[in-house]
Amino acid sequence: MTAPALDRTSHQAKGLMAPRKSPLLTIVMALMVIYALLPLAWLLISSTKSQDSLFGSFGLWFSGPFSFFSNIKDTLTYDDSIFLRWFGNTLLYVVAGAGGATLLATLAGYGLAKYTLPGKRAVFATVLGAIAVPGTALAVPTFLLFSKMGLTNTIWAIIIPSLISPFGLYLVWVYAVDAVPTELLEAARVDGAGELRTFFTISIKLLTPGIVTVALFSVVAVWNNYFLPLIMLNDPKLFPLTIGLTQWNQQATGVGSNPIFNLVITGSLLTIIPIVVIFLLLQRFWQSGLSAGSVKQ
Amino acid sequence: MKAHMKRATVASAAVLAIGLALSACSSGNDSGSKSTDDSTQAAASIDAALQKGGTITYWTWTPSAKDQVAAFEKAYPNVKVNLVNTGSANDNNLKLQNAISAGSGAPDVVQIEYQSLPQFILSKGVEDLTKYGFGDLKDLYTASTWGSVAQQDGIWALPQDSGPMALFFNKKTFDKFGLTVPKTWDQYIADAKKLHAADPSYYITNDSGTDAGFGTSMIWQAGGRPFKADGSNVTVNLQDDGTKKWADTWNQLVQGGLMSQISGWTDEWYSALADGKIASLPIGAWMPGVLESGAKGGSGDWRVAPMPTYDGGTAVTSENGGSSEAVTAQSKNKELAAGFLKWLNSSEDSISVFLKSGGFPSTVKDLNADSFLDYKSDYFGGQQINKVLVDAANSVGTGWQYLPWQSYANSIYADYVGKAYSGKSDINAALQQWQDANVKYGNEQGFTVNK
Repeated sequence: MTAPALDRTSHQAKGLMAPRKSPLLTIVMALMVIYALLPLAWLLISSTKSQDSLFGSFGLWFSGPFSFFSNIKDTLTYDDSIFLRWFGNTLLYVVAGAGGATLLATLAGYGLAKYTLPGKRAVFATVLGAIAVPGTALAVPTFLLFSKMGLTNTIWAIIIPSLISPFGLYLVWVYAVDAVPTELLEAARVDGAGELRTFFTISIKLLTPGIVTVALFSVVAVWNNYFLPLIMLNDPKLFPLTIGLTQWNQQATGVGSNPIFNLVITGSLLTIIPIVVIFLLLQRFWQSGLSAGSVKQ
Repeated sequence: MKAHMKRATVASAAVLAIGLALSACSSGNDSGSKSTDDSTQAAASIDAALQKGGTITYWTWTPSAKDQVAAFEKAYPNVKVNLVNTGSANDNNLKLQNAISAGSGAPDVVQIEYQSLPQFILSKGVEDLTKYGFGDLKDLYTASTWGSVAQQDGIWALPQDSGPMALFFNKKTFDKFGLTVPKTWDQYIADAKKLHAADPSYYITNDSGTDAGFGTSMIWQAGGRPFKADGSNVTVNLQDDGTKKWADTWNQLVQGGLMSQISGWTDEWYSALADGKIASLPIGAWMPGVLESGAKGGSGDWRVAPMPTYDGGTAVTSENGGSSEAVTAQSKNKELAAGFLKWLNSSEDSISVFLKSGGFPSTVKDLNADSFLDYKSDYFGGQQINKVLVDAANSVGTGWQYLPWQSYANSIYADYVGKAYSGKSDINAALQQWQDANVKYGNEQGFTVNK
């Protein structure tokens, strides 16, 4: 969130004075970059190692035979290509869960921001309260509830809870208050546009940066969802990547263990690539949306 | 962090299950009343179910399960087995507990570790198999594994494998530092001191007091019988002579800083096993397969010897790990499930697949087969390891029992014993605290503990 803001001030500053260089800030930033990239570098380097050289070599440099491609091949084919199945599951949960969460949060947030209705304050308090409750704390009650309804060990056990995003709702709400001028809505009404039409033709465009932000948060949350699928799902064919990789990792434990650490590492690498891509793509969109707003003012 | 999380979930699941267990107890005995059939009739009904066919679900984390199921489906083409790999004992137990508390979602056949079986018996999660004539199978299995599944007036599972403890040691390290293969625990401690003094990066073994399964197996080997369960009357006595004997011995290793603190089953651990920095492991007989798949670099270096004893006298050992398979009470097709189970853990077709994957059997016939005993392991430098391991299987101390809430007990073991290890304080005191916590917990759950 700070990145676009900085961007904006530097643009404004350019016209007034030459940007000052701060060596200290550069160093701090460089350290932050290293801190953030080091685990990624480790993951990338480790994914080129075979299981044997993985154990005995320094983590941050290459060693042993270059096994990157054989690791990828093994990851994708191990146990009848179950990894691809998990990948598809994660995509499904993200599209249905995060997509649905974004849609619901947008509709509800916009409605609460732009219409007067009784009990709005109570809704506001409830939403704020819901933000304070971590999803993990609700996992076990949700499990018992879902098992009464016979929904455990189905895709709905993951998708339905993912649809609820109080934080997203709050974000859209707060964003819509400023981003969609009430005067504009009134003008549309005067011109005879229905509320739905106004929403889909005017408001949704103004809300785009907010919607993208909510989508980004929801996608990341569902992509990384761990505890809920852990207790909801029994069938490996329904697992998302997070649970599948954990199961591979645990294969190293106990009687009959069969460690495949190299596949766990390569699988982790493959798991984060899409989320990195999504983040980069959406971030660009998000940034342009914010700056478009600033030009209008 | 991760371990804590896992322990927390297992513990909470155990809470759910045991609450249910006692309510089930009080609601009276409503199952297992059909045990009047004589065993030939029972066997015939199982065969009929197998021929008729159907679909059953099987939860397991045994690596050979897939091949076993394939062989089964070939032999009984009308039966479809829906195989679910639960990954590990912990996840498997958690999911089974949840399914039992929820009243639905359990598979038909499920793998359960011997140490966890009592709690599923008590919560009526598993079916008494006596009515299917499984009593006739008794002589197929070693006494200790049969004793683990036949208890509380029923037969609750069939043994899959066993884990009699033996001492696995790295001969290369032993030779390099001039260590003798210990016959007694005193010699083991002497080796530990000599090794670590010669090169501080080497340790005789690794143990950080977090693996309750190891601790209880060591107590068992020392002659301790700290747990007694008879229905809901439970005794916990972690101050008996055998338990003290082990704790006093292990105190010397802990307080001397003679054991590596590397956690088991991590890449670091496998690495230290491969290069011999961890010089020995007192562990179950299933370890050869683990070494071969996880510590390839140590090939040729390892050997196996009988467990050291306390007095240098008669060999005695204990079971460490090992699993059985059970039919769940929730199963909708129990006869078919029992038929699959019987095939899985007593037929030659299934056990041969299991053996090929490096498993250590619980069946007397396979343990004493010439081909098994004469097998020379390349990983163990050509040693006939099964001769040592089968001797171990024949000298397991009798009369051991686990607690009805062993999963929970194990999950809090590290809070007491692990703390004693890291503080280098007395293990006996830590065991006393562990006992107090178990007495408190058991009484809270409605058991009568130490009264």
